[in-house]
Amino acid sequence: MLEIRDLHVSIAGKEILKGINLTVRDGEVHALMGQNGAGKSTLSNVIVGHPAYEVTQGSITFNGRDLLAMKPEERAHEGIFLSFQQPVEIPGVSMVNFMRAAMNAKRKHLGLEPMAAADFLKLMREKRKIVELDTKLANRSVNEGFSGGEKKRNEIFQMAMLEPTLSILDETDSGLDVDALRIVAEGFNRLRTPQTSALVITHYQRLLDYLKPDVVHVLIGGQIVKTAGPELALQIEERGFDWIREEAGL
Amino acid sequence: MEEKNSFVRQVAEKKYEYGFTTDVQTDIIDKGLSEEVVRLISEKKGEPDWLLQFRLNAFRYWQTLEPPTWGHLDMPEIDYQDISYYADPTKKTAEKGPKDIDPELMKTFDKLGIPLEERLALSGMAVDAVMDSVSVKTTFREKLQEQGIIFCSISEAVREHPDLVRQYLGSVVPYKDNFYAALNSAVFSDGSFVYIPRGVRCPMELSTYFRINARGTGQFERTLIVCDDDAYVSYLEGCTAPMRDENQLHAAIVEIVVMENAEVKYSTVQNWYPGDAEGKGGVLNLVTKRGHLRGANSRLSWTQVETGSAITWKYPSCVLSGEGSQAEFYSVAVTNNFQQADTGTKMIHIGRNTRSTIISKGISAGHSQNSYRGLVRVASTAEGARNYSSCDSLLLGSKCGAHTFPYMDVHNETAVVEHEATTSKISEDQLFYCNQRGISTEDAVGLIVNGYARDVLNKLPMEFAVEAQKLLGVSLEGSVG
Repeated sequence: MLEIRDLHVSIAGKEILKGINLTVRDGEVHALMGQNGAGKSTLSNVIVGHPAYEVTQGSITFNGRDLLAMKPEERAHEGIFLSFQQPVEIPGVSMVNFMRAAMNAKRKHLGLEPMAAADFLKLMREKRKIVELDTKLANRSVNEGFSGGEKKRNEIFQMAMLEPTLSILDETDSGLDVDALRIVAEGFNRLRTPQTSALVITHYQRLLDYLKPDVVHVLIGGQIVKTAGPELALQIEERGFDWIREEAGL
Repeated sequence: MEEKNSFVRQVAEKKYEYGFTTDVQTDIIDKGLSEEVVRLISEKKGEPDWLLQFRLNAFRYWQTLEPPTWGHLDMPEIDYQDISYYADPTKKTAEKGPKDIDPELMKTFDKLGIPLEERLALSGMAVDAVMDSVSVKTTFREKLQEQGIIFCSISEAVREHPDLVRQYLGSVVPYKDNFYAALNSAVFSDGSFVYIPRGVRCPMELSTYFRINARGTGQFERTLIVCDDDAYVSYLEGCTAPMRDENQLHAAIVEIVVMENAEVKYSTVQNWYPGDAEGKGGVLNLVTKRGHLRGANSRLSWTQVETGSAITWKYPSCVLSGEGSQAEFYSVAVTNNFQQADTGTKMIHIGRNTRSTIISKGISAGHSQNSYRGLVRVASTAEGARNYSSCDSLLLGSKCGAHTFPYMDVHNETAVVEHEATTSKISEDQLFYCNQRGISTEDAVGLIVNGYARDVLNKLPMEFAVEAQKLLGVSLEGSVG
């Protein structure tokens, strides 16, 4: 599904990613771990096409197509979703209008008619339940006045609405209490199918306890220095990153 | 992010979809302004002597005035001798009967989405269509007449209801009011006249559609609305003009009289040609609009969505004389490229327990300048008066400007006057968040701007609200690259 080859990325002239190679197949969940500043968020931002980052070398393909040639909204239409680390507030724009614009943009891309208002509202009601999102929140402006936990739940709600094939969760667990974490993680798991994949960025094992990644990568200094099975996340939980750093001769 | 050149070009070429001209035989008088011209206009319209005298007084007074310079505007010098003050596209030819309308004119208004055949009309809306200096047609007149409602061009009103016109013309905006009001009073051509009799609730939205067509002319329309005791009317105004590389002058007057317990809603969607992306051409929109809430418990609301014109200078105002009268002003003003807007309102509280509300939303993009200018005056007689004002500015990009000039002048200590103001900017993060959800930047700007302007758009009648929403999106096309 996702193929990243020798990816080099700079922001404001400073190289952050220095040759990333990563392959995510259908149905797989990959965890991406590493200390702050290692380049995890940079990688997720580049995949979704954030304009601040410059790809200086390498390639990303998504289902065989050149992802770097697509605009951010096209990548979304093709099925890529980012659960933002810090979801932005958009005052005045109701969640309903926002989701409807997003949904109909995707449908247009797929050559479908816009969804009838009644069907759309019904779908919103159903999907809201997945993350136990309050009716109140769905009627408010996008993320405005939401608590940290509500914002994260709202991200997963949007994911449920848009049904992406590749979801990137950028520290979706940060700032969540135990109950909210469970709701978000269980919601995410309910949306999984053998055709959907995910890239999960996290510092903590507790989210991975729920999500059960197939592969765990460790990113240090803009490079993936270690890739292994789910046991790697447990080892990091116990021993931190220093041993990996030493192992890699860094 | 930088504006992309191709984008700017695209906007300049595409976005103003009303920029066409109509090829129609037009009777235009020679350029220039003098007493002779004023007399000629009056004569062409077959006016009574009192109206000619009104015009001449206004003209003589105008000659003593200088144009106002207090606006936050970079106004080009207007050569008043280089403008033609009367253009009549309905000029009768030998083959055409007096009642026939040139099919080209019908087509023009069709193209603008304003069908002049009643069977094709938007449901529940009567239209007075004005091109250049003359009213082309007023629909549904007979039907409205059944309830005693008068809806016709002001020229016809002068002929058919001279007493009403004479009683109210200039009673709200006297010709001595300001430079442009004096000019309009001297040379005004056409516009609409509305009279709603006592106790009648007007069953249709009344609307006037103004179109400038002829080159080198100015439009000086004049609208007069009188809403008698316990009556109600909702009135809409729309306007467009062809794309021309010279500036075109539009100096209008709207006067509204609201009697006891009566209510008037006046909505404008102003979409005059704004000039091109480099700031060339466009309409100079210099307008005096004022309502007089004469009767007790009368109500008046101005709602305006301003997206057009190279320069907008207008302050729809309310004089609240009647005890307990209520006035509202809701405004969205959008400026893009090199547009300049200096707009707002005046609320003059005279009567006891009068109330006014001002909600103003300015949106600036490109290199434009957008100013809110408002006056709240509470006279010593206005015991218990209240005003609430809220003025928000939204900036798109870093080369535009937003300004707020609130004036308060309170002479009664029981009055409560509140003013709130905010300035915000659409952030890259907001746009990217929308992009990531599959919403293009253009659509995202439209979504955010419409959300921002929602409080005002909600005040517009349904058909207008939809049109205005689309217009906001189109006007800002290419403003964020």
